[in-house]
Amino acid sequence: MSKQSFSAFSLFWRGLSRHRSWQEQWRKANPKPQYDAIIVGGGGHGLGAAYYLAKEHGLTNIAVLEKGWIGGGNTGRNTTIIRSNYLFNESAALYDHSLKMWESLSQVLNYNVMFSPRGVMMLAHTIHDIQVIKRHVHANRCNGVDNEWLEPEQAKAFCPPLNIESNIRYPVLGAALQRRGGTARHDAVAWGYARAADELGVDIIENCEVTAIHRDATGAVEGVETTRGPIRTRKVGVSAAGHTSVLMQMAGVRVPLESYPLQALVSEPVKPDFPCVVMSNTIHAYISQSDKGEMVIGAGTDAYNSYTQRGALHINNHTLDAICELFPAYRRLRMLRNWGGIVDVTPDRSPIIAKTPVAGLYVNCGWGTGGFKATPGSAHLFAWTIAHDEPHPINAPFTIERFRDGFLIDEAAAAAVAH
Amino acid sequence: MLLIPCPYCGERPEIEFTHGGEAHLVRPAPPAAVDEQTWTQFLYMRSNKKGPYAERWRHARGCGRFFNAVRDTTTDHFIAVYKSGEPQPVAPVKSSP
Repeated sequence: MSKQSFSAFSLFWRGLSRHRSWQEQWRKANPKPQYDAIIVGGGGHGLGAAYYLAKEHGLTNIAVLEKGWIGGGNTGRNTTIIRSNYLFNESAALYDHSLKMWESLSQVLNYNVMFSPRGVMMLAHTIHDIQVIKRHVHANRCNGVDNEWLEPEQAKAFCPPLNIESNIRYPVLGAALQRRGGTARHDAVAWGYARAADELGVDIIENCEVTAIHRDATGAVEGVETTRGPIRTRKVGVSAAGHTSVLMQMAGVRVPLESYPLQALVSEPVKPDFPCVVMSNTIHAYISQSDKGEMVIGAGTDAYNSYTQRGALHINNHTLDAICELFPAYRRLRMLRNWGGIVDVTPDRSPIIAKTPVAGLYVNCGWGTGGFKATPGSAHLFAWTIAHDEPHPINAPFTIERFRDGFLIDEAAAAAVAH
Repeated sequence: MLLIPCPYCGERPEIEFTHGGEAHLVRPAPPAAVDEQTWTQFLYMRSNKKGPYAERWRHARGCGRFFNAVRDTTTDHFIAVYKSGEPQPVAPVKSSP
């Protein structure tokens, strides 16, 4: 099924008929009895994996099962920050693979994901921060990832609302700037992948929760049980973020994950004022301005495991304390709404994109508090892993067995949230 | 914010507590005789249960003591609290609102 192509001309042309002649972006598919592969989880990572399986590996008899609606989980709940300035070689390769894919994603999908490389600036507030951040800058540059050190005045020039006075509790002593980093429209990522996958014949099945994973006498996957009936398949890719543990338990696989609520909030919309993304791991503030004008602010995780998709207000207050001090002009902004998502955190804060001990069961999880930035790369590598039944060289280090073997990729200090 | 029933001090706000992770994890012994699979399970693998979940809390800004709690991770309601060393209450009662 060929989709109407989006272009300035088609927008104008359909505008003449009051935009009533656009076709649906993806079919409401019903589950078939059998698929060559099933992806569990209709977020950006899962929909993307289905798209790349169909596009690059020729698997078109596949389905994405989503228990709610697509993009309704963490894909629609994050603060849309994209960057690749991670410390270790393995992570730099993984996240930069993704960042490079962001740069052409709108063209590839013919869907405007509004990728905006406006620059991501990470602030240093202590001598220790300066040392750690400079180490990151050097490590990134050795890996071919752009990152540069800015003195406070340069940081202020790049982001005028920033307060660099020395009389605040944690004064800004400098910053690292990744100019290729930025933001994208999170919902458009899910919709764009869904539309492109649907065009290649992928069934996107919403309101379909997996309740069991069936295995044959050899232990290999032979199907799943869902709220919309049983489906036979030999390959299941789990891409379910906070609920990964629950799904893996259905197949008897224990994973090194804990699920926590992570919150974010937005202000009332205001005129364009904030030109980049600023994050401070030390005092815990993440802020950017959406194209709608809202200040998008990322808060932290709650202290305890939970599946409630909500967190406590003091977590948001803590972040707002920092925002108000760093950007005093925003003290009188009113907050419009806040929400929470459930993130799956690994002990080393690096993801797992890997085969599991069960034949035919694959997992893409552990993205913790920073999975959005990795959406295209993660999906691409997960599709490769499922299609080839072996990991791509980039995700080969991101196994479950790394915890047994002691090859941790310990990005705790570099992850999107201070730990 | 959770209102946490400390078994020593009564109900106190969450900011007085630190979370201590999953409860009833038993360190394998003797260390030299333990194989890598067992270490991996102890060090890294967690049940991450959806539903009643036994966890440790420390009343760090109160009495300072560790205790255990069973909390429903789908509602965040506490089902039971009990002192360290005591067994987990069997068949926890239904989560009350």
